[in-house]
Amino acid sequence: MEIEELTVGYGWVGRPVVTAVRGVNLAIDAGEVVGIAGESGCGKTTLALAATGLLDPPGRILSGSARYQGTDLVSLSPQERRALRLSEISMVFQASMNVLNPVMRIRDQFLDGMAAHGVRSSEEARARAEETFDLVKIPRRFFDAHPHQLSGGMRQRAVIALALVLRPKLLFLDEPTTALDVVVQRSILQSLNDLRRELGFGVVFITHDLSLLVEIADRIAIMYAGAIVEEAAARELYKKPCHPYTRALMSSFPPLGGTRRQLEGISGQPPDMRRLPAGCSFSPRCPEVIAGTCEIIDPPSIRVDGGHVVVCHLYSEKEARVG
Amino acid sequence: MSPRALLANRRAAVGAAILGFFVLVALLAPYIAPHSPTGWDYDPALPMSAKHLLGTNTNGQDIFSQLVWGTRASLTVGFLSGAVICLVQLVMGVFSGYVGGWIDTGLSTVTNVFLVLPGLPLLIILAAYVKGGGTIVLVAVITITGWAWGARVLRSQAIALRDRPFVEAARISGESRWHIVVAHIVPNMLGIMTANFFGAALFAILAEAGLEFIGLGDPSAVTWGTMLYWAQQIQAPLQGMWVWLLAPGACILLVGTALGLLNFAIDEIANPNLRRN
Amino acid sequence: MASALEPAVGTEEIAESPVLEVRGLTKTYSVGRLGRHKTVRALSDIDLTVEKGEVLGLVGESGSGKTTFIRTVIQLDRPTAGEIRVQGGEALPKRPSARRLREHRRQVQMIFQDPYSSLDALHTVSYSVTRPLRAFGIVPRSAQRKAVEELFNQVGLVPAGDFLDRHPYELSGGQRQRVGVARALAARPALLLADEPTSMLDVSIRLSIMNLLLELRRSNSLSLVFVTHDLAGAYYMSDRIAIMYAGHLLEIGPSSEVMGDPRHPYTQLLRRAAPDPEGDFGRDTQFDAQGDPPDLTSLPPGCPFAPRCPSVRGECRTTLPEWREIGAGHRVRCVLYGPAGDGRLGTALAQTPV
Repeated sequence: MEIEELTVGYGWVGRPVVTAVRGVNLAIDAGEVVGIAGESGCGKTTLALAATGLLDPPGRILSGSARYQGTDLVSLSPQERRALRLSEISMVFQASMNVLNPVMRIRDQFLDGMAAHGVRSSEEARARAEETFDLVKIPRRFFDAHPHQLSGGMRQRAVIALALVLRPKLLFLDEPTTALDVVVQRSILQSLNDLRRELGFGVVFITHDLSLLVEIADRIAIMYAGAIVEEAAARELYKKPCHPYTRALMSSFPPLGGTRRQLEGISGQPPDMRRLPAGCSFSPRCPEVIAGTCEIIDPPSIRVDGGHVVVCHLYSEKEARVG
Repeated sequence: MSPRALLANRRAAVGAAILGFFVLVALLAPYIAPHSPTGWDYDPALPMSAKHLLGTNTNGQDIFSQLVWGTRASLTVGFLSGAVICLVQLVMGVFSGYVGGWIDTGLSTVTNVFLVLPGLPLLIILAAYVKGGGTIVLVAVITITGWAWGARVLRSQAIALRDRPFVEAARISGESRWHIVVAHIVPNMLGIMTANFFGAALFAILAEAGLEFIGLGDPSAVTWGTMLYWAQQIQAPLQGMWVWLLAPGACILLVGTALGLLNFAIDEIANPNLRRN
Repeated sequence: MASALEPAVGTEEIAESPVLEVRGLTKTYSVGRLGRHKTVRALSDIDLTVEKGEVLGLVGESGSGKTTFIRTVIQLDRPTAGEIRVQGGEALPKRPSARRLREHRRQVQMIFQDPYSSLDALHTVSYSVTRPLRAFGIVPRSAQRKAVEELFNQVGLVPAGDFLDRHPYELSGGQRQRVGVARALAARPALLLADEPTSMLDVSIRLSIMNLLLELRRSNSLSLVFVTHDLAGAYYMSDRIAIMYAGHLLEIGPSSEVMGDPRHPYTQLLRRAAPDPEGDFGRDTQFDAQGDPPDLTSLPPGCPFAPRCPSVRGECRTTLPEWREIGAGHRVRCVLYGPAGDGRLGTALAQTPV
């Protein structure tokens, strides 16, 4: 998928539009894991909803495109988008273990979803679904159960299974394991990784847990105030974070070992999307702000290295670092 | 939940308007009623006229004046009973639910007993027993039969609130039980308690009118219920005196509707799940 | 730079009584309807000590009993058995009187997990902080507002005047949590129990709250029990870490040892499972935490981790292992470690699965 200059906002009658996503560019290749990291309010969920065509009013795409295999999703009709959903592009929401209908058996929710995409025969649907259950490591006997009979971890696996049952090529996951214990989380992510290698789908993994992303993602994009401020290969980002926000975000995650040092974190308040400052949106909180530049001029997008891009005044194309 | 939110809801606004109108009438009764409600001075069975807006009854009393003074009496009993019922529910429901333990077991058993007792027969029996005892007694009888159901509702709400973190935080801040109930539980239940009050007042007004209609009130008092009683005794419709029956009936209907609207509306405001739009 | 991570000065030299001593703490309760009762064993026989001035990290997943532990210590729930002693005083009675409870909460206070529901939305934040000042008689009425201001300053809500008369919904999550800390500090306690105080906050705010608690530990000579499921957070905050599973304490020791060289198989599992940017995701292809999380209504006899333990032995399923000392202040409840009756360090037995 290729997202180009995507700008998304929320508008209510009689009130000015609040832009939640500003000019985002992102490319996802088949079979790769792209992580989007940021804190609450940075626009990552809105980005995912817009890219998968799931954005409901009052949200709307203001400009830009999201191209899937050449077709711009923004230009499609709702029916065409719905046809793509589940079979080509799929999404697992935050806390979606609660998204399963509590009064329907799991199998019925699967069969419904599959029937909507043309899998008529229930034997075929069942077979495919049970196969997917095996892949995500849920015992087949849970297929006929009700959601409440499964633990939180199992339910989350079931939701992932539902998202994968029609073998989509692209899977969006929004904080899929935040509400789960760390052991269950690791187990599920392991299964997901195995599946990805076997089935070859691309993954967009959205979370605030940057330490986790460094482990599981191929590439990571850091979002702040609706825009991507840095993007690089995961290891590269971890070893050489360029943007001051990236550095500050990383230092907000205490390490699991080594000498214990005091960490500082990020000062100031998160940005108010209705009243973003001019120039760089991070400037009010930036420890390396360049007075006279950062608060006035929009920072440029600089290619620091191969696939490593940072949107910051501290860098220029010629040298690794300026100022 | 502010008065503004209240009035923004259409149901609440209509209910409040109607109730407000009647409350005004009740307060200004001496100035509105052109004649004495009990005076026998007029010719009986007069039709509606400028002098007697709703005519007179067979005793020669001005129906309109009776209606106006009756408003005061009926609303007084209604609101007074509603208030007393709420007080009883505060102890039997809110306090009981919050403290739990033996006290709660005891009090809620009492509540359940009262719930099981058939309300209408009990009401009639008690009223017959204290027949003609006056306002206080009437309020007592209505309270005894009307408090139990609301108490149960309030109790379960209090129990739900009891486990909320801010209540637990108040406990470990050293607050006494009563202070927690008054400062934390009740204010966070104000919506449902207010709705409950209107429900109780509705029950009271209807119960009062009902009892008086079947002759268990004080027949010499002037209330909507007693007007209905006399109109029925004299078989007013047969004599073509519809107004005598319809006027108090309409008032009961309107006030009842107003209270009902307020009850629903406040419930809606307090509980966003119930909102229509 | 004197780091807030250092314990308060002087705690090593002076032999004072521990600020908290817990012996045999057990909590069970029944669930279910008439005729279908089940007993939930939320806490089983916990022995724990918190020294003056230390930060103890209590780590476990959901159902481990870590929250139940602090709730029983502060008596929000009554323990089924066991002894709780604060600052060397008398053990709390089975049914403490209101006065005894108040005395207890003068010394032990709590910070709640959810900043959004732990403050009454209908009152100003200064009201919530003034109440304990009043209830515990900390300062006379006339001095209360000033005392609240000082508390707000201490927790970083400056200028205090701006915050005093606000309602919770006017404050951010981090600010609300600071109010919660101020409220707990109002009683001038010796021990703070923090129930996952950062898990509902944004990432960048978490660190500031953790640093605040560490700073308060230093400036107010406080002791802290920091409950969390986040191993990295526990490591950052704590002098010692205790690992809980299914209501049992399994391992306890200095943070550097418990994290650097975890001994109990469960601790090792937690360590491997925690997100670690230094680690390589592909490394653990056999990570398959077999078995389900423990069912507290039907715990097997013996070690609660036995059904899932890769190194389980026959005896694990029948008897709960004894505590074994394996280092200075580091002990483990696992058969893999030999007895250390004479003070020698135990050695880990072969860890191949049986």
